[in-house]
Amino acid sequence: MFYREAGQFKDNYAADRAIFPILQDRIGLGVILAVAFLVIPMLGNAFFLNSIMTPFLIMALGAIGLNILVGYTGLLSLGTGAFMGVGAYAAYKLTTSFPQVNVLIWVMCSGFFAAAVGAVFGLPSLRIKGFYLAVATLAAQFFLQWSFVRVGWLYNYDPSGAIQIPARTLFGLPITGPHATPLTQYLVTLSIVVFMTLIASNIVHGRIGRSWMAVRDMDIAAQLMGIRLLPTKLLAFAVSSFFCGVAGALMVFFWLGAAEPVVFDINLSFKILFMVIIGGLGSLIGCFLGAALIHVLPILIRMLPLGGDAAMVEHLTFLLVGALIIFFLIVEPHGLAQLWRLLKQKLRVWPFPY
Amino acid sequence: MYDVFIDPFVQMVQMPDLLVQVLWEGLVSGVLYALIALGFVLIFKASGVFNFAQGIMVVFSALSLVGIYQFLARNGFSGHLAAFVALIGAIGVMFLLAVAVEKIVLRPLVNQPDIILFMATFGITWFLIGLGEIIFGGEPKAMISDQLLLPRGSWNVDMLGGMVVFQKLDVAAAVIASLMIASLAVFFQKTRIGRALRAVADSHKAALSVGISLNQIWVIVWFAAGVVALVAGIMWGARSSVSFSLQIIALKALPVLILGGFTSVPGAIVGGLIIGVGEKLAEFYWGPLVGGGIEAWFAYVIALVFLLFRPQGLFGDKIIERI
Repeated sequence: MFYREAGQFKDNYAADRAIFPILQDRIGLGVILAVAFLVIPMLGNAFFLNSIMTPFLIMALGAIGLNILVGYTGLLSLGTGAFMGVGAYAAYKLTTSFPQVNVLIWVMCSGFFAAAVGAVFGLPSLRIKGFYLAVATLAAQFFLQWSFVRVGWLYNYDPSGAIQIPARTLFGLPITGPHATPLTQYLVTLSIVVFMTLIASNIVHGRIGRSWMAVRDMDIAAQLMGIRLLPTKLLAFAVSSFFCGVAGALMVFFWLGAAEPVVFDINLSFKILFMVIIGGLGSLIGCFLGAALIHVLPILIRMLPLGGDAAMVEHLTFLLVGALIIFFLIVEPHGLAQLWRLLKQKLRVWPFPY
Repeated sequence: MYDVFIDPFVQMVQMPDLLVQVLWEGLVSGVLYALIALGFVLIFKASGVFNFAQGIMVVFSALSLVGIYQFLARNGFSGHLAAFVALIGAIGVMFLLAVAVEKIVLRPLVNQPDIILFMATFGITWFLIGLGEIIFGGEPKAMISDQLLLPRGSWNVDMLGGMVVFQKLDVAAAVIASLMIASLAVFFQKTRIGRALRAVADSHKAALSVGISLNQIWVIVWFAAGVVALVAGIMWGARSSVSFSLQIIALKALPVLILGGFTSVPGAIVGGLIIGVGEKLAEFYWGPLVGGGIEAWFAYVIALVFLLFRPQGLFGDKIIERI
């Protein structure tokens, strides 16, 4: 009733190929973007923008990167945190070496470094699959994290061992460093994430995305159909790492402001993987839903009047998040994206049950 | 080039006592990695679940052992007897955990894709971290090794023109781990339940059709993995202390697993020894060249190199793919 595509005719090829062929989807997307770009900046305070919205967007971008690998290509990876770290360190090195170039260009370029590293660590995926591959990507995680600690060149031999993001401006406005306001950082992050999501959506709906999905469903069958496995799998690793790398750079530049190697440890990898699984494998909207749930849930739990001291609240958060993850997996193993699909179906046939 | 390819070997030959010492250290940590990996293998074979929670089970079982003992000691009951009561209590805790995991997590998720079950064990991990910290507190605890009659001190053996130190505790750990592995092997090969376990590992459907209860088997397997975790926890705890950082050590069991193959008990043992010895040798002889700390990732590199030649691990089942 509310979500009916009847009567919306596609009378040219462009309309047929559109990413959002249904009018209601386009309206809904417009509303979401308007809220994100206009309403939230007007209403949100600094805490809301800086500790909820900006990290949520960054995590969602990282989740999109991992989802390309796990959800679309079926290659399980536990090295996401390290690939995000590569992006962050690359962007830091670039902007400190060439400060006159706009920082946004370096943030986007950092993705290429992450992509190169990701493709190298993706090489074993040709021989090994499934959990064996997951453990192999742990090699990337631990090796890269070790490099972030040991290779002084990466953090300009800073005695603290951490990277401090220098102040940079865009159109005269400070966007990184201590003088940047949460609002500008949020808007910059939002623009980049929206742009990257659009690119991801185009990739996964096109020829490349279809060949990834063919590899995911059965790689030998895909090979028989003429898909070359080596370029396809490596491309998946590279694109996935590109997104993760940009997410990592955004994380340090527009959210944390400084980062120690421990930020990119294995827990970050697991957190992103949680988002992908809870959100829904092979779904871009699921990445946002999963990121919202996994990032916001601990914040909400901490706000609950549970009593006790800070450490107790921290432990309770662990306990509740663990329990909720199991709960969500049992209730909807296909993730929040599946709930979204069900909701759309209900709206389509309303007021009838089916 | 000289530093990488020749110098370490020259050092090995010149100081054989040091080499023996490093090998021994590697062997002991290898045995303990093998113990942790064994828990993974048991569960993976019987239920196809890649149990990420094995690491936290090691910590949780050791914590409950120490926690129960401290509780008894506060009520005026300490000494060897109390320690063994606490041991039985900790085994009981692991049994309850196995039942709870089967009832609450595995049963509703039966027939879901592997990755969903893998994620569910993450949920278990976080839940147990939270629960363990709430009940026992987050600070490191000393393992009650004296009360459990674990030896301390060391044997200093003169050999090869030097002195090699064997910690008695390490010897005990190796012996206990070997006993544990042997008894598990007997359990698998000779008992009725062991045969049922092997049947389930071969095929769930065929096992169900001859009347084996999958739910019961899962409880038994998770319980067995819990007991293995308890032994591993006692040993690691006695070597350092019982804290949540042990969980990171448990991640070292993962390269052991891919090296040995996910489904192979002998693979877990051989893999554990290779990884343990390999990483100690690398850390000691090649680590200083790159600034040390390569223990953190060297195990994964060994495993990766092996995987390039044998994708199913050393002893894993041959991967047969059909269209």
